[in-house]
Amino acid sequence: MIDLSLLPDGGMAWLDASGPGSHLVLSTRIRLARNLSNHRFLTRNDSAERLRIFQEVTTAAAETEGLRRAASFRLDRMDSLDRQLLHERHLVSRELAATGPGSVRVGGGLLVQDLISVMVNEEDHLRLQALTSGVDLQGQYRQLRRVDSELGQRLAFAFHPEFGYLTSCPTNVGTGLRASVLIHLPGLVLTKEINKVLQGLTQVGLTYRGLYGEGSEVVGNYFQLSNQTTLGKGEEELLDQLGSIVQRVMGYEERARQVLLRDATSILEDKVWRAFGLLRYARSLSFEETMNLLSGVRLGVGLGLIPNIGLYTLNKLLVFTQPAHLAAVAGRELDEDDLPVRRAGFVRQVLEEEVGRHNA
Amino acid sequence: MKLCSQCHEREGVVHLTHIEGSEVRTSFLCAKCAAEKGIQTTAALADTPLGGFLAAMGEGGGTGGTHAAAPAAAPDKAGEATCPTCGATIQDFRETGRVGCTECYRTFEEPLRELLRRLHGSTHHTGTTYQPPGTPAEAIPGISTQELRDQLKRAIANEQFELAAELRDRLRDHE
Repeated sequence: MIDLSLLPDGGMAWLDASGPGSHLVLSTRIRLARNLSNHRFLTRNDSAERLRIFQEVTTAAAETEGLRRAASFRLDRMDSLDRQLLHERHLVSRELAATGPGSVRVGGGLLVQDLISVMVNEEDHLRLQALTSGVDLQGQYRQLRRVDSELGQRLAFAFHPEFGYLTSCPTNVGTGLRASVLIHLPGLVLTKEINKVLQGLTQVGLTYRGLYGEGSEVVGNYFQLSNQTTLGKGEEELLDQLGSIVQRVMGYEERARQVLLRDATSILEDKVWRAFGLLRYARSLSFEETMNLLSGVRLGVGLGLIPNIGLYTLNKLLVFTQPAHLAAVAGRELDEDDLPVRRAGFVRQVLEEEVGRHNA
Repeated sequence: MKLCSQCHEREGVVHLTHIEGSEVRTSFLCAKCAAEKGIQTTAALADTPLGGFLAAMGEGGGTGGTHAAAPAAAPDKAGEATCPTCGATIQDFRETGRVGCTECYRTFEEPLRELLRRLHGSTHHTGTTYQPPGTPAEAIPGISTQELRDQLKRAIANEQFELAAELRDRLRDHE
């Protein structure tokens, strides 16, 4: 199995609920898509070329300040469970992790240093990413930009004077920047205001996705808000626009929660405590049910209805109740029947420890 | 019938609210003007936004499948071109939705420009300019003086004084 100690803080510092607005926002992610001008893009290259790309990227990265100490992984040399583990930690995409059917891509790689990581040979040769707790678009972009510029001094990036940075998919051309904020909006869902908010987003050039980005479903009332277009606006403008809308959505969510608390106190209290009760005592939990119950508990914690549960604990449960993490804890692969039982056992244990710690 | 507030010719179908800073502008657009701004209207909706554009590429706006609808008349220049670097044709692009290499963006510049306009509402990159290897060391860490000035202005406007001080120091180093 993969040695997770190689990852800085296990690659999970973004879960620690220390960033601004962590009561509503789980994480901020920024990614820059870059390609090397002297190599064919993914759909036209082969294994040998991808291996050369991986080599060139790791050599260049070793000379940079931002990635000199990076832990480096070749995904095609890992077993499927480890690849899935990295995906569950939001470090590699589902496509690169190849957790579904189909063979893993030769040359697929990952570099990680602090909060910065680089996926190699994903849809683009390089996908630079910064992932952190709470809302911090400008700060993370600055960090990422520094690494981007250091790498760009050593590798010839594909750049067009009119179109900007060139990418495999035209939807990423220009800045190659996708910034997303993972936000928890149960108040807006319960007050049925969410559709209005989501519709508003699309009108200002933003989009939303589920917990795991493109193609993933919304579960547990987590929405990933991000910029839709990447060309025609500068990086700062894209970030400013997303940032101001996120602030506004946070305001709407706060307001919705106050309305619920004022007009439906007992229903709300019942809902969040039921969620807590189920998590604390259930003997079998599906992943989706867990997400939804965690959402309820998180709302209860946010409103001060449920004491003594930390956001960090709830955030960690989001990640650790997924299949590869449960398998890592169990030390073996788990089948379909085992998983829900193991999941419920893990959640009970974590919550028991958390409550015990506060009662001690 | 209420006309499109941009072309004043076609029927408006979509209300657009544009928010820039604290300024809110609303307009009422027809499907065509909305598409030019990168907004998908129900009328233009295909299975996926990119899929719809791809299907229409080089086919005079047809929205059918991929190859079958290729026109019998001589295809346009981009239609028969092959990328000298990766060997991709426009047909390959239409099938995968992915561009083959850097050179493809020159080989298929016209159809790709049109596609970018429809996807993003623009074809002009206005963000960071790439500093390729060999750029003088003082340009590292890659943020131009102008960029730093813009950031400083924004930091002051947002009353982020700590950040502003840091940016001012970096500007001083740059100049």
